[in-house]
Amino acid sequence: MSFLEIKNLSKKIGNNEVLKNISIELEKGGFLVLVGPSGCGKSTLLNAIAGLMPLASGEIVLDGQVINDLHPSKRDIAMVFQSYALYPNMTVEENIGFALEMRGVDKAERGELIRNVAKTLQIEHLLSRRPSQLSGGQRQRVAMGRALVRQPRVFLFDEPLSNLDAKLRVEMRAEIKSLHHNTDATIIYVTHDQIEAMTLATKIVVLKDGAIQQVGTPADIYNRPANLFIADFMGSPAMNMLMGKTVSTNGIRQIAIFDGSVTVPMPSSVTVPLADGADVILGLRPEGITDEGMVDPTADVIAKVDADVRLVEPTGSDTFITATLQGTSFTGRVRADVPIVPRERFTFVFNLDKAVVFDPATSQRLS
Amino acid sequence: MSAAAETVSAGSARTARIVIYSLLVVLALVYLLPLYVMLTTSFKSLAEIRGGDMLALPRDPSWEAWTKAWSQACIGVTCEGIKGYFWNSIRLVVPAVLISTVLGALNGYVLTKWRFPGHKLVFGLMLFACFIPFQAVLIPMARVLGIFGLANSTTGLVFVHVVYGLGFTTLFFRNYYEAFPDELIKAAMIDGAGFFKIFWRILLPSSGPIIVVTIIYQFTNIWNDFLFGVSFSSGAESPMTVALNNLVSSSTGVKEYNVDMAAAVFAALPTLFVYIVAGRYFVRGLMAGAVKG
Repeated sequence: MSFLEIKNLSKKIGNNEVLKNISIELEKGGFLVLVGPSGCGKSTLLNAIAGLMPLASGEIVLDGQVINDLHPSKRDIAMVFQSYALYPNMTVEENIGFALEMRGVDKAERGELIRNVAKTLQIEHLLSRRPSQLSGGQRQRVAMGRALVRQPRVFLFDEPLSNLDAKLRVEMRAEIKSLHHNTDATIIYVTHDQIEAMTLATKIVVLKDGAIQQVGTPADIYNRPANLFIADFMGSPAMNMLMGKTVSTNGIRQIAIFDGSVTVPMPSSVTVPLADGADVILGLRPEGITDEGMVDPTADVIAKVDADVRLVEPTGSDTFITATLQGTSFTGRVRADVPIVPRERFTFVFNLDKAVVFDPATSQRLS
Repeated sequence: MSAAAETVSAGSARTARIVIYSLLVVLALVYLLPLYVMLTTSFKSLAEIRGGDMLALPRDPSWEAWTKAWSQACIGVTCEGIKGYFWNSIRLVVPAVLISTVLGALNGYVLTKWRFPGHKLVFGLMLFACFIPFQAVLIPMARVLGIFGLANSTTGLVFVHVVYGLGFTTLFFRNYYEAFPDELIKAAMIDGAGFFKIFWRILLPSSGPIIVVTIIYQFTNIWNDFLFGVSFSSGAESPMTVALNNLVSSSTGVKEYNVDMAAAVFAALPTLFVYIVAGRYFVRGLMAGAVKG
């Protein structure tokens, strides 16, 4: 049985259904990331797990115990807020120790637990300061310390890195990941940043409009997105969506893209029968469209496509190219040192091993 | 060109400043004049006052009028000065201010952080209380005090001022706490703090400015109140303002202007003291509520 089980959770605010029949399972020591655009209900779900918001229906089971009607303080859950929510009138030490104090842990023991956590997070020298005297990264650490010191059954993180600058965000992301490795804590983490979701999670739940779109490992979500929304949301730059039609020549199934000017084999992942001439969408991530020198040598099915280069965006490590063919534009990723100039023709290589196919009518992936 | 323009603007700025400061000085003098007259008169002898020059400095300053006002002046039938009434006012103001401030803070806390269905209506009604004129509640209040057996007592007056002040104190604290982050309350809840623990440990320590604003506001209002004092108390239970009125408007004997003035200054001292001690927080607190609320 899983450690945390969420069963058929629903929640309405006014007439607006913000959570629709959500069911999620998480094993002990897992790192679950709830990801989705703003307003998708991910923070609401986190608040529901924390007990800060009453539920319309459904059940939350933690370690075999139904915790629906348990007060937040009795759930043995710790939460790190986006704004950190450090108590402004208390020192760092008092902030970290507040939960222990409320639980009646005596002063000497409290001091020791606080020092241990401060050591782990390297904030020992800050213990006597107040939150207003700390930088953003330090506040973030204190907020994590406040959660860690209680050794709760579950940690909840509500977009904890979104107030930090880019460099610090990457650093703290790595620290949260190593913290998870070292402590084997069970973590639920909310973010709208798909890179955070990919790098941290053992399991990702993609939410949209209060409904679960897909549950899976980061690789599942990235390589086999269940629908067009997920394919578009996860990954940056976004996946290329090429309109196409199925054609069949000599019993070999193919997809004609770019208004029929290019025909590529149907990816082997698609086994459902499709009528000839059916509309499909071929999804291919930018890293699946490369120059000839960068082609994955293990790729089984490739196709060469000549297209007009429109935009060249060097990132340093490699270069993103936007090109058009027959009025359809796509983005490819090539080596940084390939000489490439806008308004010229360039030969791209499509690695179709990585391609996915969607049904435009239902926007679901075909398998 | 630009240099010329600068001189012009610098010159006009200076002129503007001179005009502003002269105006301020003139207005300050106008406002300070009554205080000046009060203070000088209180140090003069009656003979000198009758001499007629109101603005002259006292020729022979003496504390006589002050001691008389404090402990000998006749109010009604007793001639023990205003000191008894001064202490009446203190005994009235301190509990009334503290109770109304604490209740206002609790109300503000509940109305922003523990919202219940209809919280807007409740707040609206409390706000409404701010606009009810004193005169409108005199008779109902007299009835209530009679039923409670609190008529003509300091406790009764404290009760009246607490009830009447609650609308204002609630308004102040609600607007201040509205801007207080909800996440802090949630964090404290998860940390295991209850309703009063959160209030006491998280909210109150951050409420300094608004507490000062409320105390100044309530202190000034209650100390200066005359209508409730004269309606719901009499004789030796009267507050300072009522006693001052009785002293000044007594129609028998010689009018002792110096004693009246000294008594009036006594009556004004506590509010003056509160403003000087806590005044700098006053504007700050009002601004904090206004900008964020």
